[in-house]
Amino acid sequence: MSTTEINKDTLNGTLVIQPYLRLSGLEPLVVRPETNFINIGERTNVTGSKKFARLIREGQYEEALSVARQQVENGAQILDVNMDDALLDGEKAMTTFLNLLAAEPDISRIPIMIDSSKFSIIEAGLKCIQGKCIVNSISLKEGEDKFIEQAFTCKSFGAAIVVMAFDEHGQADTLEKKVSFSHRAYKILTEKVGYDPQDIIFDPNIFAIATGIEEHNNYAVDFIEATRQIKQLMPLTRVSGGVSNISFSFRGNDVVREAMHSVFLYHAIKAGMDMGIVNAGMVQIYDEIEPQLRELCEDAILNRREDATERLITFAETVKAKGKVLEKDESWRNGTVQERLSHALVNGITDYIEADTEEARQQYPRPLDVIEGPLMDGMNIVGDLFGSGKMFLPQVVKSARVMKKSVAVLTPYIEAEKQKLIEEQGGQIKSAGKILLATVKGDVHDIGKNIVGVVLGCNGYDIIDMGVMVPAEKILQTAREEQVDIIGLSGLITPSLDEMVHVARELKRQQFDIPLLIGGATTSRTHTAVKIAPEYEHGVVHVLDASRSVTVTGSLLNKALKKNFLEEVKGEYTRLNDNFRNKRPAKQYLSIADARRNKTPIDWKGYTPVKPRQLGVQVFQDYDLADIAQYIDWQPFFIAWELHGKFPQILEDSVVGQEATRLYNDARAMLERIISEKWLDAKAVIGLFPANATGPDSVRVTPAGSDQPMQLEFLRQQVKKAPGQPNFSLADFIAPEDTGLQDYMGAFAVTTGGGIEKWLEKFKADHDDYSSIMLKALADRLVEAFAELMHERVRKEWWGYASEEHLSNEELIKEAYSGIRPAPGYPACPEHTEKYKLFDLLDATNNTGITLTESLAMYPAASVSGWYLAHPDSKYFGIGKIEKDQVEDYAQRKGWTLEEAEKWLRPNLEYDM
Amino acid sequence: MKSLQQCAAGRILIIDGAMGTMIQRYKLQEADYRGERFKSHHCDVKGNNDLLNLTQPDIIAAIHREYLEAGADIIETNTFSSTSIAMADYDMQHLAYELNVAAARIAKAAAAEYTAKNPEKPRFVAGAIGPLNKTLSLSPDVNNPGYRSVTFDEVAAAYTEQVKGLVEGGVDILLIETIFDTLNSKAAIYAIKQYFRQTGQPELPIMISGTITDASGRTLSGQTLEAFYISVMHAHPFSIGLNCALGGQQMRPYIEELSQIAGCYVSCYPNAGLPNAFGEYDEQPEDTAHIIEDFAREGFVNIVGGCCGTTPDHIRHIADHVKQLTPRPLPRQEAALAS
Repeated sequence: MSTTEINKDTLNGTLVIQPYLRLSGLEPLVVRPETNFINIGERTNVTGSKKFARLIREGQYEEALSVARQQVENGAQILDVNMDDALLDGEKAMTTFLNLLAAEPDISRIPIMIDSSKFSIIEAGLKCIQGKCIVNSISLKEGEDKFIEQAFTCKSFGAAIVVMAFDEHGQADTLEKKVSFSHRAYKILTEKVGYDPQDIIFDPNIFAIATGIEEHNNYAVDFIEATRQIKQLMPLTRVSGGVSNISFSFRGNDVVREAMHSVFLYHAIKAGMDMGIVNAGMVQIYDEIEPQLRELCEDAILNRREDATERLITFAETVKAKGKVLEKDESWRNGTVQERLSHALVNGITDYIEADTEEARQQYPRPLDVIEGPLMDGMNIVGDLFGSGKMFLPQVVKSARVMKKSVAVLTPYIEAEKQKLIEEQGGQIKSAGKILLATVKGDVHDIGKNIVGVVLGCNGYDIIDMGVMVPAEKILQTAREEQVDIIGLSGLITPSLDEMVHVARELKRQQFDIPLLIGGATTSRTHTAVKIAPEYEHGVVHVLDASRSVTVTGSLLNKALKKNFLEEVKGEYTRLNDNFRNKRPAKQYLSIADARRNKTPIDWKGYTPVKPRQLGVQVFQDYDLADIAQYIDWQPFFIAWELHGKFPQILEDSVVGQEATRLYNDARAMLERIISEKWLDAKAVIGLFPANATGPDSVRVTPAGSDQPMQLEFLRQQVKKAPGQPNFSLADFIAPEDTGLQDYMGAFAVTTGGGIEKWLEKFKADHDDYSSIMLKALADRLVEAFAELMHERVRKEWWGYASEEHLSNEELIKEAYSGIRPAPGYPACPEHTEKYKLFDLLDATNNTGITLTESLAMYPAASVSGWYLAHPDSKYFGIGKIEKDQVEDYAQRKGWTLEEAEKWLRPNLEYDM
Repeated sequence: MKSLQQCAAGRILIIDGAMGTMIQRYKLQEADYRGERFKSHHCDVKGNNDLLNLTQPDIIAAIHREYLEAGADIIETNTFSSTSIAMADYDMQHLAYELNVAAARIAKAAAAEYTAKNPEKPRFVAGAIGPLNKTLSLSPDVNNPGYRSVTFDEVAAAYTEQVKGLVEGGVDILLIETIFDTLNSKAAIYAIKQYFRQTGQPELPIMISGTITDASGRTLSGQTLEAFYISVMHAHPFSIGLNCALGGQQMRPYIEELSQIAGCYVSCYPNAGLPNAFGEYDEQPEDTAHIIEDFAREGFVNIVGGCCGTTPDHIRHIADHVKQLTPRPLPRQEAALAS
């Protein structure tokens, strides 16, 4: 349900608040005149469901919650909860269950109906519910005083109330009593208690019919007629009832019961019944009831024939209750070809797309008309749904797959037509605009960029995707030749930020005037505002994620909007830039000498480094993917798809849960194939070496079988820390040479990207971006899992300093183990070129096939490398900003000029260059 | 003298800004908090801002005066945490009632002083009822989602004691604020309704102010804004609004939504922007005022002011910017369905 159940009624400019019944769970439920019949879920009722009663009695609340969840999934809009059981402590059971329910957002999003004949249980329930709930029920059964007192209590909790048609002498069993008891209660509630009429719901008692007792035959008619009269007499109130009572005498015969329920509801709703306690699975669609059975039910419900009961019973004996089979709904296939195409696009169904496209092609004069007509119409719906948050990214990518498949069918015809028309009028596909996308030079990461391409493609833009590692001059050349309207740059590693600045400068130098979009995980609005935007004046916009890319490009390509939009962005970036520069001095920095004095205090005297059981380099080819898969951390997978939330809770999220579950199932299915069909080749190399710190931020490593030691250079935090907080450097965690201790250090490089290209080619040929992005995202997850697995084996087997460790995957993900594996280019050691040394130590390129680009990105993209440090005090940290004195020192250590050092350390520089 | 209702019908009312931010400026030490009376209290009390009602009443009165001087029509008592439950952190639960009475009197005296100076602009005191440090809808134990660290009855009892203190101290309004768990606020409403019903006094106007914690647009306890409003409508509040957690800029869509669904007046007192990397609020008074002015021009609001990080300067700017603007008209409540 949308969160904006806004009442926008106005009269002469004044807002008008209508007297509707308003309820709430985590989300609102407003009962308007046009609101359809409201289903109240009935299975969380110990008197009505044996299963639920057993679960509560045995304290199996987890499973009891799943009963509630099922009700919501089956369409219940309100959840009835009843704990009236002689063997139960009803107050306690109500409290426990409702408190647990509050922790389940997918269930508690709907309002609760507290159902009990004991008022103390109702009160216990009222004390647990934050939303506006319904009390079911109170009545005049025990006299007016009691009734008033209970009503006051309900009112002070803000609950709506169901009033049963009782008086001091008993239940109303005739039409006249049903109406007069209800009216009496109404007057007391509105006049003496001050209840809002719209918060009153009457239950004029549904009794079983067709019982064989003649007096019962008119019960349904009485209820229906009472409903009509109550609504006339007290128009703001609502009418509810327990529907399954009506068919009580046909217990065990669901076919007849379902038919009776739907016939009864059909007439009661017409008379004004607003809501009812119904098992949503136990109502047949009125029009689909077998005509003979429907006729018999109508006779009984409306009491039209004296022998109605007998005839219904006779019929009931001939039908066997048959189990319903859940069938795929294929009814959409009956629509027109336009409707079918639209349905397929919105629902991401490729099953019939080729045939449907062909059929449409024959209906339209030109193949292009199919694209511009039904396909674009469908994609517009997708765009709208996505824009308004009713569809999620994975669904959009699936829609795009359908679109691409359909276009593929049409392309040969369009091409042929083009050839024919080219002299006459030039048959160009009309496009909303042409957008060039590229991952910049030195970077190989493209999942996000591909998603942006798909999303923009869905919105009618022509996408020129130049792939990864694209040099600036090639981007500019293509932009010129293709006359693109926008250039979008993407990148994930930090050196790519500089490359983007470079592209911006080139655009200016070559006098381009088209806007530049910036995206990717390390990019930010601030970086864009401070570093890129000042370099190019024709529009630089940072785009946070794929969904924003649509509105941004839309604004940029609309002549009317563009100027304003760019001015707004420019203004905002200027402000950000100013803020950034003004705020700079806020942090205090130490000199590098002082920072080194405040290094991690480690008592080396009390420490004996563990000698690795196996020193030197080990290579692993063709590692079993099934083993690796057990170490997967799924959370980042969902982030890659722009679904945000914790795993596994995200699968049950009230907003994205359904889509997250579908995505997860698709991912598991592909993962199974990746494993069983060996799509990917997992390779690893690890090495463990003698090592000692030889300077404050330097570590000497001696490769196996060599007397040529290698010197590693690290950086140190320079920001002034709180007292007692050290200024960390990774070198702190390796025993200094002068302690006399022989310490050790390790390195690793792992990849699961081998063999991926073949599959990506195949998906490309199939126009299947969804699978392509899925495979890349899974390869990313697998390589991270692989790194986790190898790290564990290093700790327990080959180094063996933690051979007793027993951790679950969750604990591994939370890094509950001792020791770290920081990667060059990441926060603890952000300078990328140390990766050359790591690769040399391991001969990683030969051993694993991973190569390094000029920006030190690893190819294939699904690769991870890093150092192993074992000291129990070692921890992850971020270097943060550093001052010039450290940069100079680092340049000297690396044998660089200051400029070279500043180039590689740019993201960490505290000062302006 | 004009009543609160009359004032609200004619113009946008100004509520004051942050109390804590102002207290910080005094750089009070442990001994200042303790004063003479709690010299030998057995645990530290520095940071117990509500205790200052007893130990440094002059400082609290001075802060109230600064806000009144800046143009606040409504000032809040310094009682955000003056409940037996919140005071238990300092082992001062027995002081709850006394704190509320004292705070109400300090604020009332300051307000009366300014009303006397200019009877055309009467000043009102809102008794601040905070959210508590324990919640009724959320479990503090992730492994036991059904667990609650406090019961509804305990919360209602604590609020009843606070309400009694505030009313007896003379407040004009009861303000349930910074609501992040709707059930806690329902307990406060319950306590207020029961208190007035049992004492037979006429009810004071109730202001309700919830807190949307982030861009999800929901309260911490998970409700959407409209669901929250529906859940507290039975208080028949004088106003409904939002405060804390967000700056004005981030609050805009929610205030707009509220203005379209609320049957009563709408209030809005945001933080001075979002905290910067050091946890400080650095939105300048004129910036806050511009944002609020926009709300007023759009017809979203009736009562405006500031929360965390705002100062008398912010309030002065806000008051200045909205002084010429018309308040959101009170909606018409239909008593029958259109046929």
